[in-house]
Order: sequence, then structure tokens, then C-alpha cells
Amino acid sequence: MNASNPEFESECIRRILAGEKQIFHDLIRPCERSIYFLLFTLLRNEAEAEDAAQETVIKVYRNLHLFRGDSQFRTWVLSIARNEGLGRIRKAESRREDSLDALTDGQTGDFTPAILTGWREVPAKALEQKELGEILRKAVEGLPEIYRNVVVLRDIEEMDVRETALALGITEGAVKVRLHRARALLQRDLAPRLKGFAPKRGRIFGWGA
Amino acid sequence: MRIDCKHVWEHISAYIDGEVDAELRSEIDRHLETCEICSAVLDSTRNVVVLMADSRVFEVPAGFSARLHERLDEELARSG
Repeated sequence: MNASNPEFESECIRRILAGEKQIFHDLIRPCERSIYFLLFTLLRNEAEAEDAAQETVIKVYRNLHLFRGDSQFRTWVLSIARNEGLGRIRKAESRREDSLDALTDGQTGDFTPAILTGWREVPAKALEQKELGEILRKAVEGLPEIYRNVVVLRDIEEMDVRETALALGITEGAVKVRLHRARALLQRDLAPRLKGFAPKRGRIFGWGA
Repeated sequence: MRIDCKHVWEHISAYIDGEVDAELRSEIDRHLETCEICSAVLDSTRNVVVLMADSRVFEVPAGFSARLHERLDEELARSG
């Protein structure tokens, strides 16, 4: 779903620039989801993320002749989405108290995991229950921004470290550190709550939270 | 060298992504064999990663794609 196809993309771009404009629909379709989630994680508002996603796609179309092919098409598209999102945040920032760079990688924090035994199986079936999806979404929304962005691109959109780094304008090392911390925070938040969704098993360990 | 729990937690994300070198991986594996706490932390972290990737958890709003392509059509028509 997320795999890019550079040959398909460069053929599309060549044809669009030669006048077959309608092909742009097919070119952008595989990127839509990632554009939306990157913007949603920045803007934290569905309607604004959707509006920004539309603006991003229009900008991609208008600037298509500038794409040089030295990065993946989706990476380039996501950097445009990121600029769109950050531009909107900056505009709104005068009305807000939390600064964009409120948190840095150097900051120390408590990333100790929740020590729980007994939640061993992935309750994928439980996702059919709306409640579980809601718990997961809330947990991600509750992460500090620098961790949220990375977890959305790496674990939700399943982009690789390099692509994530390029899309967010940070180093690959920072992607790894932030992803580790994001997962640790999510594990600590979610493990105690998701345990109830795990299928019942015969093994019971003598550990509490 | 025997590694402790804290050391294992520090590398748990890289371990899940297969990004630790062979030596560290085998040290962590050895630790996990005997440490119920760390193997539970590993399992639950991995569960979180797997659940996050499930497309049912994070969905675009209904009609998102249709509205996007409609807007795009207007732009394409305008761009002559």
C-alpha cells in the first residue's frame, strides 16, 4: 500500500507535464493517506488537516515541474505537506502558548516501560470494537508533538527511517531516538489498558502493574 | 557481559525493528530467556507497534478522497 514505484511515478510526471493533466489523480492517490496523517498529527484537527491536505496536493501539482527525482516522490510530497502544516501552525502560534520547539531530543524524561506480564497476544480481533481504536488514537494524540510525528510516519504509515527523516526534516538518529521514546510512552500508557482486550489464556503470572 | 533490564529497555525499539547488531541481539535474547519482566515489556511494546499499523485504527475521514479529487479537478480545469 505504501510502496512507491519510481518508474510509475516518473512516467506519470513526464506525461502530466506534457499535458495529460488527469493522470495527476493516479500519481497522488498512493500518497493521500500519508499526507492526511502527517497533517493531522501536526494540526490535531480533522477539518484543518483535510483542508491542508487539499492545499498540499494543489501545491504539489503546481510545483510538479520542480520535482527532480533525487528523493522519492512521496518524500517530496510529504515535505510540502509538512511545510503547509508548519505554516498554519506558525500563523496560529500567536494565539497559542505552546511553542513549536517546546520539546527537544536532549530533554530527559521518564521512558520506563509499564511492567506488566500477561498481555502477550495482539488482540487484533478486538479492533473490531470501536473502543479499542479510540484508546489507541487518543494515546497517539496525547504524545508530545515531536514523538507523535515520528510514530505516525514510522508505525502508522510504515515509512522507513530515511523517508521519515527527510519528510520531517530531522536526522535519522533523531527519528530512531524519538520513535523509541514514543513507543515507550505508548507502551506505558496502553499496556495496562489494553490488557483487558487480550484473549484469556491459561498462563497467569504473579505480577501486577 | 550480562546486560540488565534497563539496558534491554533502551534497545527494545531497535530490537523490534531488527536494528541491533548480532552481538547485542544475542545478549538481549539471552536476557529475555530468563527475564519475565523484559519479555513482557517486549511483547507489549511489539503489540502496540502491530496495533498501530492496523488500518482500522487510523482512518481518513469518510469522503476525504472524493473531496480531494473534486478540488483537484477544479484546479486541473483552471490550470488550462
